[in-house]
Amino acid sequence: MIIKQLSVFLQNELGRLEEVTDILYKHGINISALCIAETAEYGVLRMIVSDIEKAAEALKEEDFSVKITNVICMETPDIPGELHKALQVLSAQGINLSYMYGYSNGGTARLILKVSDPEKAIELLK
Amino acid sequence: MIWNEPMECMSRDQMHDLQSRRLKDMVVRVYHNVEFYRKKMQELGLEPGDINSIDDLVKLPFTTKQDLRDNYPFGLFATPKSEVVRVHASSGTTGKSTVVAYTRKDVDIFSEVVARALCCSGVTKDDIVQVAYGYGLFTGGLGLHYGAEKLGAAVVPISGGNTAKQIMLLQDFGSTVLACTPSYAAHLAEAIVEEGIDAATLPLRVGVFGAEPWSNEMRAKIEEGLKIQAFDIYGLSEIIGPGVSNSCQYQNGLHIAEDHFVPEILDPSTLKPMKEGSTGELVFTTVTKEAMPLLRYRTRDLSSLDYSPCACGRTNVRMAKIFGRSDDMLIIRGVNVFPSQVESVLLEIPEAKPHYMLIVDRQGTMDTLEIQVEVDEKFFSDEIAQLNNIRNKIKHRVESILGVSVIISLVEHKTIKRSEGKAQRVIDKRKI
Ligand SMILES: [Zn+2]
Repeated sequence: MIIKQLSVFLQNELGRLEEVTDILYKHGINISALCIAETAEYGVLRMIVSDIEKAAEALKEEDFSVKITNVICMETPDIPGELHKALQVLSAQGINLSYMYGYSNGGTARLILKVSDPEKAIELLK
Repeated sequence: MIWNEPMECMSRDQMHDLQSRRLKDMVVRVYHNVEFYRKKMQELGLEPGDINSIDDLVKLPFTTKQDLRDNYPFGLFATPKSEVVRVHASSGTTGKSTVVAYTRKDVDIFSEVVARALCCSGVTKDDIVQVAYGYGLFTGGLGLHYGAEKLGAAVVPISGGNTAKQIMLLQDFGSTVLACTPSYAAHLAEAIVEEGIDAATLPLRVGVFGAEPWSNEMRAKIEEGLKIQAFDIYGLSEIIGPGVSNSCQYQNGLHIAEDHFVPEILDPSTLKPMKEGSTGELVFTTVTKEAMPLLRYRTRDLSSLDYSPCACGRTNVRMAKIFGRSDDMLIIRGVNVFPSQVESVLLEIPEAKPHYMLIVDRQGTMDTLEIQVEVDEKFFSDEIAQLNNIRNKIKHRVESILGVSVIISLVEHKTIKRSEGKAQRVIDKRKI
């Protein structure tokens, strides 16, 4: 399934992440998945949230740079080899994976993947 | 249109004669009335009679900002205090400010040269001039104010700051001319977009910007943002204030009111005159001022002079847009670096905004130069690799221009302080 992900540029300053979560909390927005990529000087916060338009507006209002991108959300059984199979399918068809994050719970794993061609990836993974 | 054709379009020979007559008269005045200059001339074995033409200017002593501070507040007056009708002062970043004074005639000259400058920018009596320079001890506000009045334009003396009100008056009064610092103009352009206003719908058509160095790229950006034609006004309070020179529609330098302010370009290290067209320190002698005439005042501004005639019809010498200040010059690992160079590079890179801060530090014996740059929101990416590409592109371009290695830090949108006056662009943490 293709879903929308919200990314936020964060300067590596203590408290900046907390400001983001505070803004989302005040607007009643729920975060269902989150990942931070960081370099020595800055980081990118990526999230799946309950109301992406509202979240983006609220953060922009507070001068955060935000971006909405299409990512795919994949559900697999939580057993060894499932992720490997999926990734093989994608790479065999020349789809690049930029990054991924996820979790597993109760026998299923949910993964968020940023790929070069989300539509095609979804078809392949069906 | 030319405000004062006889003074702005005379032949070089006529200008030579006029400047010579005025210089001789001025030297007599300072020699007899200002102890500071009399002593300096005596030390050099000079008497007023030794100065016979403008060619003798090179014999005369220099004046520096420190000399003004040493004679704070009124030590350099060449007229009795009762003749003074106004004083201005510049905010010294360290220690005492420097004071300048004007007689009635000086105030008239000030208005005259600003009127010329505005006219040079295409401003007419039909314009509404919004003066967003600070009013007060700073010469910017009052200088533009009286010049615009002399020209016959309508003046909106709003002074600096209060961006919301500036925008409101640009809309409600339909101001056609904006006078302020270029960094404030850039800030206003951004604020107008944020308000959801289309700058093209504003009657604003001309900007007269000065009081800090700015690049041609910055000018293009402001012109695009505010949908105006931007002109460069130059001046410094020690010489008179704004109006010492101004760019014309041909944008090939700033015409100097050289019947009042005689320029020289000197090598900043040797203080020897440089050949025409070379870039060096701009030095002025105020040949008509009464209250506080200055001999060969070292501006610390870097420029060059072009005496060739201009297509606009003016024959007054043109100075190149200020390249930087010899004071602002940073020496990083032995290389001369000017903040204005960084600005020009950033303006050429669409992913970066022209808001930046230079942080100079020293690690061990090595100087480090960090440049904080705001990333344009439109180019923010969720992928680190993309952001690193932007950073590397900036780093590569800056390094090729500056000739020193730099650290580029991408910072969040709007984290670099916007200034409403002169922008603070450098933090030097080196302890020398
Ligand atoms: Zn011209």
